[in-house]
Amino acid sequence: MPVRDALTPDTQLQTIAKSVTLNPKISILNRRGFIVGASSAGSIAALLLTSQMAFAESTFDSQAAGIAPTPAQGASQAFTEALAKILGQATPKENLLIVDLPELAENGNTVPYELFVESPMTDTDYVKTIYLLSTANPQALVGTFSLVPASGKAQVAGRMRLARTQDVVAIAELSSGEFLISTRRVDVTIGGCGNE
Amino acid sequence: MTGKARIKLPENPAVGDVIEVRALIQHVMETGNRKDANGQPIPRNIVNKFTATFASTPVFSAEFGPGISSNPFIAFHMRVPGPGEFVFTWTDDKGEVTVERTPMLVG
Repeated sequence: MPVRDALTPDTQLQTIAKSVTLNPKISILNRRGFIVGASSAGSIAALLLTSQMAFAESTFDSQAAGIAPTPAQGASQAFTEALAKILGQATPKENLLIVDLPELAENGNTVPYELFVESPMTDTDYVKTIYLLSTANPQALVGTFSLVPASGKAQVAGRMRLARTQDVVAIAELSSGEFLISTRRVDVTIGGCGNE
Repeated sequence: MTGKARIKLPENPAVGDVIEVRALIQHVMETGNRKDANGQPIPRNIVNKFTATFASTPVFSAEFGPGISSNPFIAFHMRVPGPGEFVFTWTDDKGEVTVERTPMLVG
C-alpha cells in the first residue's frame, strides 16, 4: 500500500500531462476537420493547388540536385582550375562552412564577406586554411587565410571585389584533411575590378 | 604607395579569451586589369601577403589576390595566451613591407 501511495502523485502528474498534451491535439483535429469541411465544396480547387505545389517542389529539388555537385554554373575557366588545384581528388562536404555575404551588392568594389566554421580549434581538430574564390572575376582566387589552433575561432572577415553578379565560393581545409565548401550568390549592381 | 596601418583590439582581454583582431592598411590594390587614359595597362600592385604574430608566435596569415578591395581590411581571431606584442606585416608586389607593432595588455 505505501508503494501505491508513493505512486499516486506520479500517476496524477501523468494524467495532468496527458490532458495537457491531448488537448491541443484535439483542438488541432477540430481545426483540421473544420478546414476540411469548409474546403470540401472547393475540393477540386484544393487538389489542383496541391498538385501544382508538388510540381513546383519537384522541379526545385531537381534543380538543386543539378547545382549541388558543381557549385557554380557558368563559372570561369580560372575558377574551375583554382578549384581543382585546391581540392585535388577530395570530395568536399557542403553547408558546414558559413559564408556571410550581402544578397545584393550595390558597389562591387567593396563587398563585405565573413567566413565561419564551427570548430573546436584544438591541436588535433582545427581549420587549417580557408579559401575565398570568385567564379566570374578575372582572377579566381581572392584570398587564402591560414589559421592555427591558437586562432581559437575559425572566423575571417574582410572586403572583396566582385566584377559582376556571380557565385562566391568558399572552401575550408580541416586538419583532418577534409574539405568543406559553400556557395553564395551575390547580385552586383555596379561591378568592381575596373574596366577590364 | 603603402599608407597608414590601423589596428583594432579589444581593451584588456582576459587570458583564454578569444578576441577579434582587425587590421587595415591604406593601399591602392591595383589589379593589373585596368588601363590608363592612354590605353596602357596599369601594372598590378597589390598587398599580396599579410602576417600576424603574437609574442613571436604566428597566429594568422593571409594571401591576397586582386579580388581584395583597396585599403585591405582583415579580421581574424586569437585565443589570448597572455600579455604580448602583435607584429603585423603587409608585403606588396613592389616588395614594400610595412610592419606595425601593437602591444596588448591583459586584464
